[in-house]
Amino acid sequence: MRSKRKSQIIRAGVVYIFLAVGAVTFLIPLAWMFVTSLKIPTQIFTFPPIWIPNPVRWENYPEALMFIPFAKYLFNTLYLCIMNVVGTILSCSLVAYGLSRIRWPGRNIVFIAIISIIILPYQVIMIPLYIIYQHVGWLGTYKPLWVPAFLAARAFYIFLLHQFFMNIPHSISDAAKIDGCSEFSIYWRIVFPLSKAALFTVGLLQFLEIWNDFLRPLIYISEDSMFTLSLGLSGFQGAHHTAVNLLMAVSSMMTIPIIVIFFFTQRTFVEGITLTGLKG
Amino acid sequence: MKLKKKSQSKRIERANLRNGLLFVSPFLIGFAVIYLYPFAASLYYSFTTYSVIGEPKWVGFLNYKLLLDDSLFRISLFNTFYYVGVFISLGLAADIIIAALLNVSIKFRSTFRAIYFLPSVITPVAMGILWVWVLNPHYGIVNNVLEFLKMPAPNWLGDPKWSKFSFVILGIWSSGRMIIILLAGFQGIPKQLYEVAELDGTTWVHNFIYITLPLLSPVILFVLILDLILGFQLFTQVYVMTDGGPANTTLFYALYLYRSAFSYFKFGYASALAWILFVIVLLFTLAIFKTSARWIYYGREE
Repeated sequence: MRSKRKSQIIRAGVVYIFLAVGAVTFLIPLAWMFVTSLKIPTQIFTFPPIWIPNPVRWENYPEALMFIPFAKYLFNTLYLCIMNVVGTILSCSLVAYGLSRIRWPGRNIVFIAIISIIILPYQVIMIPLYIIYQHVGWLGTYKPLWVPAFLAARAFYIFLLHQFFMNIPHSISDAAKIDGCSEFSIYWRIVFPLSKAALFTVGLLQFLEIWNDFLRPLIYISEDSMFTLSLGLSGFQGAHHTAVNLLMAVSSMMTIPIIVIFFFTQRTFVEGITLTGLKG
Repeated sequence: MKLKKKSQSKRIERANLRNGLLFVSPFLIGFAVIYLYPFAASLYYSFTTYSVIGEPKWVGFLNYKLLLDDSLFRISLFNTFYYVGVFISLGLAADIIIAALLNVSIKFRSTFRAIYFLPSVITPVAMGILWVWVLNPHYGIVNNVLEFLKMPAPNWLGDPKWSKFSFVILGIWSSGRMIIILLAGFQGIPKQLYEVAELDGTTWVHNFIYITLPLLSPVILFVLILDLILGFQLFTQVYVMTDGGPANTTLFYALYLYRSAFSYFKFGYASALAWILFVIVLLFTLAIFKTSARWIYYGREE
């Protein structure tokens, strides 16, 4: 019995060592980014590397902001994020309700459509979409980047909400129906408020997706003043690739909000991913 | 009475159909406009020459014939297969090992989980800029560590021999989502199985091969397909870090497709590229599904 406990302790120790070494390896690039963002130029190109910048140069941050209209790009990015989050939450919850809480023939066909969308690479529809938006005069506007969200284009999130709605007891709907509630008011007054946790997960994942998006803004936005943070950062890199400390400062500014959000909502992230990943 | 009931249930059925269609209608419109029409249209465009100005002109299989002689197409296809192949084999193995370690109940487990997950939420553009610096041949942290350990320190992104592998490393670093999915799979395996095995005095290697892997296989399949689909679409990091260089060794398929469409404005040609991508991804996904019967354990049939 004692030897068994001993072997268990050894096993835990080995697991710790491997996990810790891996964790340090995973964190080093990020730490390296923050450290570099606080260095004076002469401490950047050194061997061996300097891990504690001396002096710490906070001015890199305001200085980097002179080269890139960060506030403007942040506003543009947040605008797109909010439009997409609102659109996705409204449209995907409607669709998920129709699929999970109303019994009607043809639901399965819609499901097949949703699955095929999730597998379809964006590249396949990219060119005709561009041509459509060209015809309706939407090129160079934000519309191609948020209107689809109101049409439940992010089919992935329909799945997540569908799984959640399925688990709300049907007796609640039945009772409301006897009281004369319409299907829409059951959705809006009962199911929607009951699903706050799931809707929050969808909103968070959608926010992150739009915050990180690069290919679509790259295709549709050409005017500097309309750039998102990702586009602006990529342009900044092209123009100032030798000013490594400033580059790392801007990258940090784009990364820190995500890390902060991540640490406060970690559980939501993990649950959202496992729900869509496993039960979808 | 009976007749009345029947007509009533019919009325409910009709109301359900109407309501169901109404609720799903945003998706039906979106599906038709954003997916179905563009999907069909890109197939049509792939048989035409078409640029921003003018109308598409039918040319039959010309684009596909030109593709056969296009050395950049062949290079990008080779690069992408190389990346996807190496990334899936190394990345999946790494993810399974990390998820297995995270599945052991120890202190600070959720902290470790957060650390491994974190890189996957970071903005791809920032990630790309960061890794150009991390992999800098002289002053980057990776080569500093390698030189400290007296190991060979390659020129990573600048060396045609290492440029593709650099993206494999970046891919593994940012594969936290897959780790989370695999970890959930691990946690779905009943603990009793291991307890019973322990009574028989089996080793953990034996348990891993005969209990864990078979029960995890459906999740592994899922991650494999996700990795495959996402791997073929690798774009942003490449665009930011190498833009296809050096000597086209990181010209991946999605980058070549993007250039054909939006740098050279060859919409017809790019559509042909897009459809080949679609067929490749579809065939691979089907192949994985088809062979899965042999290596996947879906539980005993009742």
